[in-house]
This record gives sequence, structure tokens and C-alpha cells, in this order.
Amino acid sequence: MSKTATLNIKDEMVNLYLNNLDLISEGSSSLMNHHREEAIQNFRILGIPTLKNEKYKYSKIESVFSNEYEKYFAPKHITFKVDDIFRCDIPELDTHLALVLNGFYMPNPNRLQVMENGVVIGSMIDAAAKYPHLFEKYYNAQAENGSDGLVALNTAFAQDGVFIYVPKGAVCTKPIQVINLLMAEENLLVQYRNLIIMEESSQANVLICDHSLSPKRFVSNVVTEIIVEANAQLEFVKMQNEHNDSTQLTHTYTKQERDSKLITNVLSLHGGFIRNNLYMQLAGEGADAHAYGLYLTDRTQHTDNYTFIDHAVPNCTSNELYKGILDEQATGAFNGRILVRRDAQKTQAYQSNNNLLLTPDAKIRTKPQLEIYADDVKCSHGATVGQIDYEALFYMRARGIGEREAKLLLMFGFTHEVVKQISIESLRERIDDMVNKRLRGELSRCHSCPMNCC
Amino acid sequence: MANEQDKILDEVTGSEYKYGFVTEIETETIPKGLNEDVVRIISEKKGEPEWMLEFRLKAFRHWQTMEMPDWAHLNIPIIDYQGIIYYAAPKQKPSLNSLDEVDPILKETFDKLGIPLEEQKMLTGVAVDAVMDSTSVKTTFRETLAEQGIIFCSMSEAIREHPDLIKKYLASVVPVTDNFFTALNSAVFSDGSFCYIPKGVRCPMELSTYFRINASNTGQFERTLIVADDESYVSYLEGCTAPMRDENQLHAAVVEIVVHDNAEVKYSTVQNWYPGDKDGKGGIYNFVTKRGICKGKNSKISWTQVETGSAITWKYPSCILLGDNSYGEFYSVAVTNNHQQADTGSKMIHIGKNSRSRIVSKGISAGVSNNSYRGLVKVLKGADNARNFSQCDSLLLGDKCGAHTFPYLEVDNPSAIVEHEATTSKIGEDQIFYCNQRGLSTEDAVGLIINGYAKEVLNKLPMEFAVEAQKLLQISLEGSVG
Amino acid sequence: MLVIKDLHAKINDKEILKGINLEVKPGEVHAIMGPNGSGKSTLASVLTGRELVEVTHGSVTFNGKNVLEMPAEIRSREGIFLSFQYPVEIPGVSMVNFMKAAVNEHRKYRNLEPLSASDFLKLLRERKELVEIDSALTNRSVNEGFSGGEKKKNEIFQMAMLEPKLSILDETDSGLDIDALRVVANGVNKLKTAENATIVITHYQRLLDYIVPDFVHILYNGRIVKSAGKELALELEEKGYDWIKNGN
Repeated sequence: MSKTATLNIKDEMVNLYLNNLDLISEGSSSLMNHHREEAIQNFRILGIPTLKNEKYKYSKIESVFSNEYEKYFAPKHITFKVDDIFRCDIPELDTHLALVLNGFYMPNPNRLQVMENGVVIGSMIDAAAKYPHLFEKYYNAQAENGSDGLVALNTAFAQDGVFIYVPKGAVCTKPIQVINLLMAEENLLVQYRNLIIMEESSQANVLICDHSLSPKRFVSNVVTEIIVEANAQLEFVKMQNEHNDSTQLTHTYTKQERDSKLITNVLSLHGGFIRNNLYMQLAGEGADAHAYGLYLTDRTQHTDNYTFIDHAVPNCTSNELYKGILDEQATGAFNGRILVRRDAQKTQAYQSNNNLLLTPDAKIRTKPQLEIYADDVKCSHGATVGQIDYEALFYMRARGIGEREAKLLLMFGFTHEVVKQISIESLRERIDDMVNKRLRGELSRCHSCPMNCC
Repeated sequence: MANEQDKILDEVTGSEYKYGFVTEIETETIPKGLNEDVVRIISEKKGEPEWMLEFRLKAFRHWQTMEMPDWAHLNIPIIDYQGIIYYAAPKQKPSLNSLDEVDPILKETFDKLGIPLEEQKMLTGVAVDAVMDSTSVKTTFRETLAEQGIIFCSMSEAIREHPDLIKKYLASVVPVTDNFFTALNSAVFSDGSFCYIPKGVRCPMELSTYFRINASNTGQFERTLIVADDESYVSYLEGCTAPMRDENQLHAAVVEIVVHDNAEVKYSTVQNWYPGDKDGKGGIYNFVTKRGICKGKNSKISWTQVETGSAITWKYPSCILLGDNSYGEFYSVAVTNNHQQADTGSKMIHIGKNSRSRIVSKGISAGVSNNSYRGLVKVLKGADNARNFSQCDSLLLGDKCGAHTFPYLEVDNPSAIVEHEATTSKIGEDQIFYCNQRGLSTEDAVGLIINGYAKEVLNKLPMEFAVEAQKLLQISLEGSVG
Repeated sequence: MLVIKDLHAKINDKEILKGINLEVKPGEVHAIMGPNGSGKSTLASVLTGRELVEVTHGSVTFNGKNVLEMPAEIRSREGIFLSFQYPVEIPGVSMVNFMKAAVNEHRKYRNLEPLSASDFLKLLRERKELVEIDSALTNRSVNEGFSGGEKKKNEIFQMAMLEPKLSILDETDSGLDIDALRVVANGVNKLKTAENATIVITHYQRLLDYIVPDFVHILYNGRIVKSAGKELALELEEKGYDWIKNGN
């Protein structure tokens, strides 16, 4: 991509913003509007990240934006019931359900549900109106508008998204499931914003499922901010399952206070171009962070995970495991940065990234990073790129299992190390099943979609 | 224990860099600053042919279009390239026919550095090319080596006497335009060593170059080229020191190695440039490009480095594994203390089938220093069955220093196996206590543990160097027990 | 059942087997003994189809079929089972899934329907009891974190699941304490019928106290240098391998 093209995308976005500012603001909340001006100024300076940006070295973001996309500044009136075209494929999973269509929260039947135990699930717009103090405190508090152009772009444009609030001491036994659907008759760029607040000693499981339902080009540029207060526990599972013409650019920021526990699990099962940024800040002593990820790619798909685990205070632990299988002409990247700040003594941080290449055309770039400024720490990282273990393959064949089947079983075993970290059994089994189908090539299109679009 | 540590700290932080003296000798220098005329003057002083001048001018013109790299984990102060003197040579007769013609002061200098220039005094089995500032002072054992067809001489002589070899191989591994510092070096390099081992010859002695910066305000830009023809072998050593000065001095060297079929080159460095004082004042900026190519099948390059000096180190000895079954290895111990900064590691580029490589890096940080490992392992599409294993360990002594690991793994071949492992740790109090209980002082205990930690790398050094390196590690870390 | 004729094989250009002849009939137990490096494990590898080993000469037939042309999985489905000297750990793959895949592949090969989940679990339970292995082992990943003894017991359990015609036990006794050895040997003996055969590869005579061979062969330097009845194992134990090396 040439310099001029980059410039054009930048100018185009800024103009789009200026020309539609009224519409954008009208369709959102004043507390979100409040941050737009500064964000667009930042974006004007930063632009879309290029390959020269060390953080984006292996993902050509500009090429994503070289296509033309429609942008909606208000939810499109839809003439169908989502239930008719989409049903969740996790049968035994009883969840609190939230639906987001093209970045706008769908009434179900209300735009904000308040549970008996005080748990709130709803649209960002309505939540901002109802809980201004929470928004003032947490909205846009973590997002790096000053250093990542894509984040600034989101802050400038995001109008809605999902708000989840679990009050002090509340234990949400039923998982909260957010289904993000993309459906349009034209190519579409969506930018929405999520906020998850886990107050002191609360507990919840959040599952995010991303799907594309029509055969158009989609780009999602999504920022999610998560706060896990003292002693709270959150399991955050994100399942990306979109078609080959879709692009996901996600930026997830988490901040953990004292003795909290957070598990993130990002499962990239399908999608044309995926770039996930995950920033985990351990801000309170005794905090425990687990970051898991799995990417299964084939054809010309590209998946790039950037993670940054920031040990800002002493006595925290983090454990990171990302695994990927790359088939056909797929490309993948992993960049995991662990920072142990000065005086963050007694830190324990472990990181591992393992990759399997299945064909001569698949490519992987992996770049684990340790940056350590405290001496009394236990930190290690490891990265491997390899092929299926010959010894294990022979062992299986010697038991009568055919080569193809043995390879599938081994790949399944390879992925299961990540999937097994999911705590909800029915979800874990379901994802195992989806991974299995994916590996067998039976999930080559967006699985829950009846439209056979690709 | 803390008290005792403080005491030891006080006692030894005063310990001097023992190579910090200045030799009082009349030096011929040119005015500071860099332009095409300066490049022409250097070339003229070296009595170079026209093609070499062209080489330099091309490099200089390209350099002017380049910017200093800023991707390393280093905090580099702005360097005024017009404030540096690009040529300085001790005044003596230009050609040396016998040892008697070496200025006694120079001889004395190298004696003091432990590098006697009289062959009979030398460690048996080591031939030395002694370089001070911009000029080679003396190359020992040349005649002995020549009997076997081995060429070992200063780069200046090589350009005059072996133009065909130089034309063929110079900049063949590290292109002039490779990076900012290689372009600069190619424009202004003043001396260095050239070594050619003919077909089937096993070099009977260790070859070594000793680099000494003496003059103030000067930069040192040496150039080393080693060519090992089919079935040959050579072990090469490089050492370096500089006086203690409050100003920072620039050192930007280029080392190229070419290895043909079934040949092997072992390159060892003990880098002990002046690191600056304990407040971070002075010291050498060391920006070095070292790269070898395993051109032939079954060829082998082994880099071993012990890095204890320099205020800033930016250096990535690399192997291009072009030949089938070729092998590259990189063994490194890098120590940073006080305000030192190091960003060092290796690159292994796998092109040939069954090419293998191994990286063992041991970083030790103390004081308020920062020590980074940065490495690239790249497997190209055709490099079937390539194998790499990298082990990068960091040891932190004290809670004000930093240890960082930045590996890059880029793999385009499904039959490759690439593995990287890194750990970070400190010296356990239980280990020190155990040693104390057996009667060792804390200082000795740390020395012992550090040497154990670095052993895998030290073992790779030739014997004479290993002992020196071991002592050096201890001295570099004096006062850093924590 | 198994007929090996003048078998030569090499690994990385080094000839390891230099002309092996052996015939195994149904109901027989053969012991193959020999010092380290004599080619015992290589023979097991050749019979089960490890690609590392290259057969340069000779033939191996199993029930009249040419074994050497079959890929490893077909040999298994034909009924050749190897108890590995070093069973492989496979993280993430549960024993249940692993065995289910294996059993059903074997059934498919014999044109049988795959077992239903409940029938499979029943079979699993039965066989676990038969070979007295710890129930918990089948809930874990294949061999992952198993002790040496557990791994060997797990091999015998798999043998019970797959009901082979010919079992090759490669150093199954190595690293076993006396109790584990008894469990393993009992398992093998219980599975013994007049239709199947066993080849026991071992260093020591000890295992042969429990699994009594009909024939003992001594392998040395790639050849079977001596064959006799079970008394040969005792003689060997008494005289040591030097007796063989010294050309007797």
C-alpha cells in the first residue's frame, strides 16, 4: 500500500467523521460523545497502523481498508426476526443472551435488563444514561487512544455495544452470552464498544460469539474494556467464527485489582483476517491472569494475536498459552509481550506459543517478548514451530488408526490444551466439537448460518 | 546480608578498568567531520587503488540517505557524526619489515595489554594482527602461515596485494547498504584484518586481531574479512580495549566470513571496550555488523562472544545457512553493569536443506543497566528439515536493572522444527548461603555461580581466552552482588 | 502365522539386521533375547512398519500376506500388536478417544459396525478389569504423566482392547518393579489362546518366569545365533552374553 493510499484512508475517515458528527452523536450517548473530539485528533496524527509499526509488523491493516465500506450511524430497520435466521448452536447452554446486530444492541425485549441480583446486561447507550457514574469512571479509561490509530478511530465512531455490570458480591451463575451478528446487503464497517465491570468479589462467565450472516465484506473494529475489581473473578471467552470476507480488529483491555482472577480465551475458528490485541494489566497485588488462545486457519486466512501482559505490581501471576494450526496458504502471527515493571517483585509469568504448519505454503511469525525490570521473579517463555510429532503418529498407526485420522486426533489433542481451559463443561464440549469439525473441514463456512454464503 | 553486600559494593565499585591508560604517542590525525574529501583522504593515506575509492564513495553517498536505526531497546544519545575524527594513526614508518621498526612505545602499549608483539614471547600458536586506531601496527607469524598458503595481513595490505580476493569477497556477505553503520564503515574503514585459508588447509594456529582505540575524539571503523576455502578450518579471535575517557567514542566495525564446502570457521570475541564509569560517563558506542555465510555444503560457522565492555552495544553476529547441511551456532555471554546498555543476539537464516542452527545466549544484568537479547530465526521455503534451537537465559543482579528477550521466529517450511526457550532468574539466596556456609565470601560465591551460569559459552572459547574471559566476567560484575 | 525369511534391514545406512529367519505358529510363545544393540528393537520396528528402518532384503509374511508392503495401521488391523518399549505421550488426546478410534478402525477393517458408546464403555470396563489397571488411567491423556509402570500396563490394556493375533512385547519388563511385572505378565497370560501368538523381546530371563516361552532365540549382531527351548534362557542367564559374543 502506498503512502498516498494510507493518507487517503485517514482523510476519508476524518471527513466521514466531520460530515456525520451530528448523526453519530445523536445515535449515541453524551458520555461517549464526550471523548470523540480528542479521539479523532489522535487518529488524525496516528492514522491506520502500517507494517513499519513494530506492533503491526506482520499484519497489513491498510489493505483491509483499501476496500469501500458502508458505515451505519443508526441501526438499520430490519424486517426479519433474528431468531429465524440465527439460533445458538450450543444446545445445553442456558445463558443470559444479548444480541448485537452490526454493532447496535438489539432489544430483547428491552435494551437493558436488570437481574434480581443486580447484574445489568444491556446497550451501552442506555447504560450510559442510567449509570453515568460508572461511565465517567470506566469508559475510555484504559483504551490507548494516544498510541493506536485503530483504537482512536473506534472511540471517535463507536455509538453502541454491550454493557455488562456485575455488582459487588454478585455471583452470576448463568453464563452471559453476547452474539455479535453481521448482516447487510453491502460491504460494511462496524465499530462498537463494550464495557464489562466486575465489582469487588463478584463472579461471572462471559461468552462472546461473532458471526457473519451475509456474503458481504465486513470489517469490525471493536474495543472492549474490562475491569475486574478486588477478589472478583471473570472468565471471558471469545469465539470468532466469521466467513472469509470478514475482518476482525479487536482491542481488549483488562485491568485487574487485588486478588482478582481473569481468564481470557480467544478462539479464532474461522475468519478472513483477524487481528486481536489483548492488553492485560495486573494492577493489584495477588492478581492472577490467564490468557489462552487458539487459531485455526486455512486457505488465505490471516490471524495475528498481539498480547501484552503488564505486571505493574508485585506478587501477581500470569499464564499464557496460544496455539495455532496453519493449513493451505494461511498465515499467522503471534506477538506476546510480558512486561515486569520495576519493583513488581515475586512476579510469576509464563508464556508459551506453539504452532503447527501443515503445508509448504503456510507461514508463521512468532515473537514472544520478555521485558523485565525486577530481579526476584520467575519468568519464562517458549515458542515452537513444528510439524506433527512422528513418534506419536507412529504410535497411533501401530494401534490401527489410519494416518489421516491419527493426524486429526493429534491436532485435536494439540488444540484441546487450550479448549480444556474453558470452565463451563457444556461450552467446552461444544467447542471441542466445533474444533473437531473445523479440523475435518466440516466447518468451512460460518457454522450457524443457513445462508450458505461462502 | 544486605549490609555486607553494601560493603562489598562500596569496596569494589571503585575498581578501575585496567586497560584505561592512554599511550602518549604522536598521532597523525585528519580534521574532524565527514564529507567526500575526508573519504578521499583516507583512501589516499592508505594508498588505495581507484576501485576502492569508488567503493567508499558509493557507500558514503548511500549513507547520507540513511537514518540511524531506532528499533533496538537502547537509549542512544544523539551522535554528532561531524564531531568525530575519522582517521588517526600512530606516527611511524608506513611499512614494517621487522619488529625492530615498531615504535617502542607501541610495543610497550601492547605488552601492557598482554599482547607481546615479539613472536618468541607470544603464546605459542597464536598469530596476532595488532591494530591501533586506524592502522595495523604489526602482524605476527605471517611468514610461518604463508608457507601453507594462508594469507593473514592487515586489510590495507590485502587491498594492495590481493585485490582479486578482496574484490571478490568484500561486501559479499554484508552489502554496503545493509544498514546505517555498514554504509558508514564501508565509507571510512581504516584497517582491520584479512584472512584467507586455502583449500584443504587446517590453520595450524589461532589467528587473532587485537583492536585498540588510543587517540581521543576518534572513531574506530575496522573491517575484517575471513575466507575459508573448501575443506579448510580456522579459529579466529578478536579482542579489544580502549582508554578511559569522559567522552563517548564510536566503534562501527564490519566482519564478514565466507565458508565454502566442508569448511569451518570459529570466531571468538572478547569485547572489553571501555564501558564508561559508574555514573555512565564516557565509554564506547559499539555498533557492529558481523555476518557469515555458510556458502558450501556441510560448512560451519561458530560465533562465540563474551561481551563485557562498551557503554552501548548493538551487535547481532549472524549466519546465512545457504549450503545444504550447513550449521551455524552462536554462543554468547553479555554482561552489563552500571549504566551499560546492550542489545545483542543473532540471526540464523536457513536457506539450505537440512541446515541446522543453535543459539545459546546468557545475559547478565547488574547496576542500572539494560541487557536485551534480540534474535531472528528465519526458515525459508526451500529449507527442508531445518532445525533451530534457541536458549536465552537472563540473570538479574539487583532490582534496578533490566533483562529483556526479543526473539523473532519466521517459518515458511512445514518440515522445519524451530524452538525457542527463555528464562529469567536471579541468584538464589540459598545458593549464596550454601557457599557462605562452605566458607566462600558472597563475592566469591557470586563469581562462582556466574561462571557456572556462563560455562556453556565459556567452554566454547579457546583455552587462552577462556581463562581471560572468566576473570573478566568477575571484574565486570564486581560490586554488583544483589 | 508369521514367517520371516533372510531379513536384512538398515537404519541411516547402517545395516542392523543381517539375515533373520523365524517362523511363529498360532499358540506359540517365542522369546527373543540379546545384548544391547543386537537388533531386537529394530526387528520389532520392521514388523510393525516404522519408516525409519529400511528393509534391504528378505521377506515377512503374516497369514500369507506380505507384511512389508502394508502401512503401519494395516499391520495393526491385520492383528500385529506392538507393546512399545517407550510408549509415546500424546497430550490432549484422551485414552478413551484414542481407544475408541482404534477399536472402531479395527472393526471397520473387518466390516463390522462401529461400537455404540455404551458398548464401547462396557468393553473398556471389562478389559480394564481383565488386566487389572487403574480405572483413572483411561480418563487421562494418552500416557501423559504416566509412571513407567503405568505406561507398560497401559500397553497391555490396549492389547486387551485390540485382541491381536500376534503380540510383540518389546522390553515390556524394563523399568518394572516386581508387582507391576506380575500384573503385566498376568495380563498377557490371560489373553493367551490357542489361536494367537506372542513374541517377547527381553534382556533378562526374569520375565520368562512369568511368560513361559516355547522357543528362545538369541539375537546377536543382527542374526539369530542360537535357538532352543525355554532352558536356553536359563543357560544364558547363567553364562551371560559373553558366552554368545565369544562365538559359541
